[in-house]
Amino acid sequence: MTNSQQAAANLHHVHRDDVGARMGMWLFLFTEVLLFGGLFLAYSVYRYDYHEQFRLAAMDLNTGIGTLNTIILLTSSLTVALSIAAMQKNNKFLSMVMLFFTLALALFFMINKYFEWSGHIAEGLYPKSPELLNMKNGEIIFYGLYYVMTGLHGLHVLIGMVVLSFMLFFIAKGKITPENYVKLENAGLYWHLVDLIWIFLFPLFYLIH
Amino acid sequence: MANGTIAIAEKSFYEVSTNEHSGILSWLLTTDHKRIGIMYLVTIAFFFLVGATIGLLMRLELLTPGRTIMGAQTYNTLFTLHGVIMIFLFIIPGLPAIFGNFFLPIQIGARDVAFPRLNLLSYYIYVTGAILVLVSLFLPGGPIDTGWTFYIPYSVRTGTNVSLALFAAFILGLSSILTGINFVTTVHRLRAPGMSWFKMPLFVWATYATAWIQIIATPVVGITILLVVIERTFGVGIFDPALGGDPILYQHMFWIYSHPAVYIMILPAMGVVSEIITTFCRRTIFGYVPIAMSSLAIAFVGYLVWAHHMFVSGMSDTAAWIFSLLTFIVALPSGVKIFNWVATMYKGSIDPQVPFLWVMNFIFLFSIGGLSGLVLGSLATDVHLTDTYFVVAHFHYVMFGGTGTIFFGAMHYWFPKMFGKMYNKKFATISVITFFIGFNMLYFPKFIMGYMGMPRRYYDYLPKFAHLQEISTIGSWILVGTIFFITGYLLYALKKGPKASSNPWGGVTLEWHIPSPPPMENFKEIPTITHEPYDFSQLKEMEYDK
Ligand code: HEM
Ligand SMILES: [Cu+2]
Repeated sequence: MTNSQQAAANLHHVHRDDVGARMGMWLFLFTEVLLFGGLFLAYSVYRYDYHEQFRLAAMDLNTGIGTLNTIILLTSSLTVALSIAAMQKNNKFLSMVMLFFTLALALFFMINKYFEWSGHIAEGLYPKSPELLNMKNGEIIFYGLYYVMTGLHGLHVLIGMVVLSFMLFFIAKGKITPENYVKLENAGLYWHLVDLIWIFLFPLFYLIH
Repeated sequence: MANGTIAIAEKSFYEVSTNEHSGILSWLLTTDHKRIGIMYLVTIAFFFLVGATIGLLMRLELLTPGRTIMGAQTYNTLFTLHGVIMIFLFIIPGLPAIFGNFFLPIQIGARDVAFPRLNLLSYYIYVTGAILVLVSLFLPGGPIDTGWTFYIPYSVRTGTNVSLALFAAFILGLSSILTGINFVTTVHRLRAPGMSWFKMPLFVWATYATAWIQIIATPVVGITILLVVIERTFGVGIFDPALGGDPILYQHMFWIYSHPAVYIMILPAMGVVSEIITTFCRRTIFGYVPIAMSSLAIAFVGYLVWAHHMFVSGMSDTAAWIFSLLTFIVALPSGVKIFNWVATMYKGSIDPQVPFLWVMNFIFLFSIGGLSGLVLGSLATDVHLTDTYFVVAHFHYVMFGGTGTIFFGAMHYWFPKMFGKMYNKKFATISVITFFIGFNMLYFPKFIMGYMGMPRRYYDYLPKFAHLQEISTIGSWILVGTIFFITGYLLYALKKGPKASSNPWGGVTLEWHIPSPPPMENFKEIPTITHEPYDFSQLKEMEYDK
């Protein structure tokens, strides 16, 4: 074996497969959908059991904040898509700006969420609170599901923010380039999923009365 | 396949590091699928031995009626731990993580899995989960005592470390999902030129079907056990009847995963059986396409039968008989496989070497397990037998007699390839026999005791069971003794065994075309596949030990 062959054998061969990477991401998103699917299943079972009480409990939620957050997330989905498009067109700066907007919108979403939750908690509506325990079973479950489902979604927003920050860093470092941007694309896909799940949560909790 | 060319000696993956480190770090940070497979092997084998030892302790307790060596609460924690370790740490990850990692890429002619670094990450996620299980033993509150099914409401009320153990199970699930994603992508993207879907070895098909179940079923149990943790921490009431929640919903959500999970356990084993049978019959498999498709069919129908675990939990009669019927239907694809294996052996020139003997063990034990499953799947008999020793016997015959024996079968089949060493075949043959004796002595009496009304998960029993319990306990000594004996001679072979050739059994799938142990990147050149997977005409041009 010549020296260069030896060196080649020592180094693991470089393997890049964008289609494969995208496929892996889609499969992962599929598992996320199923994770939330379990919760949607529980929701539908209890909605069926406690139809009337769910209706009453839902009236107390602040549709205004919900709508605002829906708009915020939809917009952020747009900005993340624009960031990818900008990268494809070799406009690194614009891509970073758009990512930055996405992050800012995500933060805005979380702040809204914070005020919404602390509002409910101030009213005494939180798991095991005397206020809540006085209510009917269906309402207790409604609030239980509300906290669990929006909480888990909020956690996903946070994770998304961490991921997008890394992307911003990678672009700055030149690790994401117009020739190799599948990481950014996958992060974008993840963000769309977070958005999509919210689109389902929003009517279930805020709109159906 | 590479038309019979046998790669000349190259440095094996033991001698070449995938990173700049040498020594232990070259292992801990490796991205090579073979090294990761071996790391899984070491870890999983360790937990298996721990689990087996706990089983032995439980059997000791049951040697005599009344208290023998431990109290009731200790017994509760032991059977929970035994179940959790055997299910989540051994049998679910076992075959895919060890042999799937090691052989799936080789069998499709790839250099590695699609995401090598993710593969390493999955390993560490698995280790983290395992460590959390161990940590939960020693924290104040005490080890979890709910049984491995974590049924509500007890799992919410008990003061033991349920939350941590459940979180550990969640993490183990994540590892399983990531492995599944990796395998599906690998099979789609990295097959060698010419390796069409129907030229893939059947172990690859089985692992592929398993990977889909891992992806589709695991998230559901993930959210279910997370809900129990949330319930314990915050008391939101989703499963708590006092707050309007429904404990039966927990059981549904749990079994929607955990029934398909039994196919995560058994499908890869069936894949290995197909490999071993063809190799030792020197004959192409009978009904390749039906076997491949039956894996997918099992994966699919397996989703529709979960509620057979809940016949006595409270269900409408209509639901009960529908689930009973579906349960019978899922036996069909398994039957297809057994039929095809037997048909392959018919007129084959059988060479009954050690791995093949393990397969015989499998067919015998798994058939008993499967048939007793039909007894449990029938409504009327299940009502009598549910939560008795009959169930314990059934699932040990299926899981241990099925997948467990194939864990040993695969170990004996691929050991020379993985380590380049051969073990003592006489010892190995003896252990197949003592395993068979110990196994049946240990578990067959449980069918009878269950039928007579001995409930499961009890540390005490009526005097009328004493004899059968004694036989069972003596069986456990033979069985666990055999397991330690096997571990012993395999470790010895690793150190002192004679060198194995590249093809000690005369197999023809791709792994037998490369040296033992395989070189770093498996193939000098990616082969072009021209043969059917089990085309033994290649053997004429290949080197093998006749
Ligand atoms: C190595 C020898 C083994 C022995 C001696 C053994 C023994 C036992 C015993 C005595 C029980 C308690 C039965 C009861 O009272 O309900 C049990 C339960 C169980 N075993 Fe094993 N077992 C062994 C191997 C295995 C293997 C390989 C697996 C998995 C593939 C396994 C999975 C289980 C499960 C899931 C339970 C149920 C735990 C529960 O009730 O929560 N066992 N075993
Ligand atoms: Cu089942």
